[in-house]
Amino acid sequence: MTALLSVAGLRKSYGPVEVLKGIDFDVAPGEKIALIGPSGSGKSTCLRCMNFLEKPSAGEIRLDGERIGVREGRVMSDRQLAPQRAEMGMVFQLFNLWPHLSVTENVAIAARKVRGLSARDARDLALDMLAKVHMTHRAEASPLELSGGQQQRVAIARALAQKPKLMLFDEPTSALDPELVHEVLKVMEELAAEGRTMIIVTHEVAFARDIADRVLFLDGGTIVEAGPARDVITAPREPRTQAFLKKIRH
Amino acid sequence: MADLNLVTSVAQGLFAGVGVTVLVTVASLAVAVMLGFALALVRQFAGIRLLNLAIDAYCEILCNVPALTHLFILYFGLASLGIRLTSMAAAVLGLGLIGTAITCAILRAGFAALPHGQAEAALAAGLTPLQVISDILTPQAMRIALPGLGNYAVQLLKDTSVVSAIAAPEIMFFARSMVTSSFQTTLIYSMAAALYLLLSLPLMQATRMLERRYGRLKG
Amino acid sequence: MTGFFAPYGDYGSEWLPLLVKATFNTAALSVSAFALALVLGLLLSLCQRSPFAVLRRFAAVYVTVVRGVPLLAVLFLLYFGLPGIGIVFDAFGAAVLGLALCFAAQVAELLRAGLKAIPAGQAEAALAVGFTPAQSFRLIILPQVARVVLSPMIVTFVSLLKDSSLASLITVDELALTGRAMATEYFLPLQIYVAVGVCYFAIAWPFSALSRRLAVPAR
Repeated sequence: MTALLSVAGLRKSYGPVEVLKGIDFDVAPGEKIALIGPSGSGKSTCLRCMNFLEKPSAGEIRLDGERIGVREGRVMSDRQLAPQRAEMGMVFQLFNLWPHLSVTENVAIAARKVRGLSARDARDLALDMLAKVHMTHRAEASPLELSGGQQQRVAIARALAQKPKLMLFDEPTSALDPELVHEVLKVMEELAAEGRTMIIVTHEVAFARDIADRVLFLDGGTIVEAGPARDVITAPREPRTQAFLKKIRH
Repeated sequence: MADLNLVTSVAQGLFAGVGVTVLVTVASLAVAVMLGFALALVRQFAGIRLLNLAIDAYCEILCNVPALTHLFILYFGLASLGIRLTSMAAAVLGLGLIGTAITCAILRAGFAALPHGQAEAALAAGLTPLQVISDILTPQAMRIALPGLGNYAVQLLKDTSVVSAIAAPEIMFFARSMVTSSFQTTLIYSMAAALYLLLSLPLMQATRMLERRYGRLKG
Repeated sequence: MTGFFAPYGDYGSEWLPLLVKATFNTAALSVSAFALALVLGLLLSLCQRSPFAVLRRFAAVYVTVVRGVPLLAVLFLLYFGLPGIGIVFDAFGAAVLGLALCFAAQVAELLRAGLKAIPAGQAEAALAVGFTPAQSFRLIILPQVARVVLSPMIVTFVSLLKDSSLASLITVDELALTGRAMATEYFLPLQIYVAVGVCYFAIAWPFSALSRRLAVPAR
């Protein structure tokens, strides 16, 4: 089966500091990939390179065979990138809901403005997506009135409304109070069960073990170990992976 | 265009006003900061309703009426009651009283920016309220207020130009009197503008440094 | 005390229409100047964020110069100075232009602070859902900036309103000039300038109060 997403030779430097030193991996349709690793390993940077919120210094990223972010040898502008980004749904660590719009508007606006749906259809779509994340009861609320867990679920609905080929999660629960983490993980479980293709950067190792098909362990800008989720997390082979997982467990 | 002799004589004429410009700025600033600080402390901590209302009313009146009007009231208005202020006195008093309202607001904002935990911890440690205010709150509030006060000083320097309208012998005053005798209007007013700019550059630089050092504290 | 209020009884009916007309003139002057200042300030703000270093440099120099040069000097230069090199403005035009040029810098700085206050994540989320930068700015950034910036803009308008009094010094027929003319005619400077102050307060204070109501607290 051909990969939905293929990443080859991904490198990223900020000035003299090289954060990603050559990343290669493929994601099959419907596959869930978890990116784990210590802070500074480059896992968030790697994820943000997928939709070119960070511009890679080198490498090729292809979604469904189409090269992302580069056209005719030149890096695309934000304006040119918009259609490609619309195919990938991103969920941020800090939610980044738009406070001047209601919950429903947050979810519906891209469908209206980017994909040209009518106001009616966009709203219906938004309510459907909010139902998926169990947030219809706060459809008309302002994001400022919601808890962190609620905001993040709305953010997930917003990404789903794009009908994306691929969902990108950047540490979706790291900014949440512990008691609110569960509601977000539950939604992500449900999405996984639907067969969505997901790349998740997370500290929740147990979650990664249960939900992901494959786990990539990043350290110092390279993939140190990769393999089936259960194997990498319960029986890591590399000493660095072992050391990292030991620290997390305690 | 303009020959060097002309430029030098204009410059000399304008420089005659620099002393007064600087004097009025410094004196008004001193009045404003001292009185404003006193008002801010009272407003923030005394907790007397009538006093608070009076201070608020004072700030409202001074901040919603132009400086020019205040100066005219002090210089021309009081004279009709027999109180003849010199233009310098009226200038410093007028700008100083307006500045008091401004610095009071800046300092109050400084106090307001402090987290409640600051005072709470101090009280919990056994300090008296007076000590809390003088040793814990005021030093921090002053630091936060410094950039705002710096900006006020920059503004004040420009505002002193208004006192030329009540005949205080500062830069604009000399500029106007030179114009009536020489008609080199473009040159004279351009040079006057440049002179103010020159004087304010060090103030702006100082304020930038203050902002760098203390601007972060506002959070 | 009653001596102070007596002239209002005697001349009130004569003074009122004069002051009302003058207040309208001041309002017209201020609104025109502020509208122009908004336009120029917006352009200046675009320069500040321009990819061209030349424009960014220009904007930075402009803001610094305006910060250091008094409004009065600018007004004198425009009205008295420019005719020396062949450009003639009428008094009202010079006043509108002078006020606008000076306050454009404040407007630009407000917009800059407003934009800075919007977290980067807002625009990122907009790009991530497939908005173009233009859509992101129009739908996500601008509405939020407008909300944040509204209150300080009103404060800036009040500032401009007060500074419009300087237009009287370049013969513009507005409140301060009317006050001066009346004071010389009736020999009652105190009562008249206080009345002028009341007029300014009457138009300025509602805006000041409004800006306080609309203030958006920093997150």
